[in-house]
Amino acid sequence: MLSEIAFYGAVETGLIYGLVAFGIYISFRVLDFPDLTVDGSFPLGAAVAAILIINGWNPWIATGAAIVAGMAAGAVTAILNVKLKILNLLASILTMIALYSVNLRIMGRPNLALLTEETVLTPWYDLDLAYHQVPVLLFIIVVVVALILLWRFMKSETGLAMRATGANPRMARAQGIATGAMIILGVAVSNGLVGLAGALFAQSQGAADVTMGVGVIVIGLASLIGGEAVITPSTVMRALLACVFGAIIYRLAIAFALNADVLGLQAQDLNLITAVLVTLAIVLPGVRSSVIAKFTRNKA
Amino acid sequence: MAKRTLRTLIGASLLAAASLVQAEEPRVVAITQIVEHPALDAVYQGVKDELAEQGYKEGENLTVMHESAQGNSAIASQIARKFVGDSPDVIVAIATPSAQTVAAAARNIPVVFSAVTDPVGAKLVKSLEAPGANITGVSDMLPIDKHLDMLQRAVPDAKRIGTVYNPGEANAVSLVNLLEERLAERDLELVKAAATKTSEVLGAARSLVGKADAIYLTTDNTVISAVEAVISVGERADIPVFAADTATVERGAVAALGFNYYNHGRQTGKMVVRILEGASTSDMPVETMDTLDLFVNPAAAERMGISLPDDLIQEAKEVVKSDK
Repeated sequence: MLSEIAFYGAVETGLIYGLVAFGIYISFRVLDFPDLTVDGSFPLGAAVAAILIINGWNPWIATGAAIVAGMAAGAVTAILNVKLKILNLLASILTMIALYSVNLRIMGRPNLALLTEETVLTPWYDLDLAYHQVPVLLFIIVVVVALILLWRFMKSETGLAMRATGANPRMARAQGIATGAMIILGVAVSNGLVGLAGALFAQSQGAADVTMGVGVIVIGLASLIGGEAVITPSTVMRALLACVFGAIIYRLAIAFALNADVLGLQAQDLNLITAVLVTLAIVLPGVRSSVIAKFTRNKA
Repeated sequence: MAKRTLRTLIGASLLAAASLVQAEEPRVVAITQIVEHPALDAVYQGVKDELAEQGYKEGENLTVMHESAQGNSAIASQIARKFVGDSPDVIVAIATPSAQTVAAAARNIPVVFSAVTDPVGAKLVKSLEAPGANITGVSDMLPIDKHLDMLQRAVPDAKRIGTVYNPGEANAVSLVNLLEERLAERDLELVKAAATKTSEVLGAARSLVGKADAIYLTTDNTVISAVEAVISVGERADIPVFAADTATVERGAVAALGFNYYNHGRQTGKMVVRILEGASTSDMPVETMDTLDLFVNPAAAERMGISLPDDLIQEAKEVVKSDK
């Protein structure tokens, strides 16, 4: 039903959005900071990587620069919130809108093609693998490295302070944690991951386009919440794994939807389906626990 | 026992039927477009109609797969992978982002792009004359010189030409850059006004009042979606508005030297048919629109303070009569 190429394509896109889900896990789950900056930092990462690659930079260094650019964007949002006391959601919307112009400036035009450029993927095509398997292999390595680094970071003293900041800022401050600095660092790391995802996406798709950030936040959230429904995020490791699996499951679901003419589903229904799935995933665990609560109360 | 024989019989006849169908296996054309939008939908319709006219009928000897990415690049990429995996005879990619994702995914399948303004800049082909790989198509690059000839015949003393465009749209930006170049060759000045959303078009058009003697609009999606805003400004401030596509003349622009996305799709369809009949993409240069029709709207011209020369009206394929 699903062709091999479509399957690997879904896994490839899923791995990239797994990085986005990592970022959204940090902002949304760890810091309780709804961050729409990602809709801008995703194309920002793509733009920075693309313009540098076109100007002859090593693609890995260009990708690193995309991470730094994403972190800077996240830091701006967090500083607007922490220092200027702008509501977090609004602060992120402001940065996101500003990034549209910034991205156009960086690229100098709305679409930068990378189809014939040397990217991080180029040397890997020499491996004895099918063309569509190469990005999957490389992105698995990138995601695993990111996962291990994040996992260790979250268990470090700084990581614990960051988690305390999100869980109970007042208590964290009482313990002497500089919560403002933690928010700035966390949102920066989050958007650095999203910038990385944008850079990789542009390189595997053959172009950076200013419009490519549309809806990244919703898809990231859908991946995060969908993954949490499959893997209970009881530990940091499980939460991070949930991000990756959620993102891949989401992409496989879309790949099936593209094939499932039988169900009457078409590509134009995808946005609606995503919204319904996210709503269900947010609401259902609550419903389930209240049902259980009622049941146990009746028993008692 | 009888049941089993019956089952075998049914099975055998099903197999026979399947092999019969296979004897006349339909050709498969997969069409992907980045977003649903009147111009791009017209391209899709044009491709299908051309195929039908040349004897490739859906459901008989042709299967058409069609997906839209709803403006989402990740979905566009998945659509491209799905199509490549299904290995159709030809993949048609409508608009630049869709064409790039298909180009990144397809290695051996012939790809025909459509509604791509700058295929070389988008790195889809090495050159327009010799595309080189498995990709060719139809470019919607406007014949800007012919458009400017028409504009100058209608308003010979216009020195400053205004345009409204979306700086976030790849096609729009390439066209505006080209326009600026070509106007400079004629010693004319381009006055640009940017609108990133349809809601900004009115404000952008107003900013041209006093700075532009005439307005020329390219096929910019954002601007054309809200073109009435530009036309109302043109009528109030007596600035004639010219368009690149004929449909905009019907909506109140003075004149256009026809560009019609449905015909663009028909031309794309012709290339698809040639590939289905054995032609190779590498021998097919990128095409630009070959049919141009002049549409004029004398009533709109009057409302914008000019009167069109009679010879221009006589040349027109269609004289739009709008009496609003």
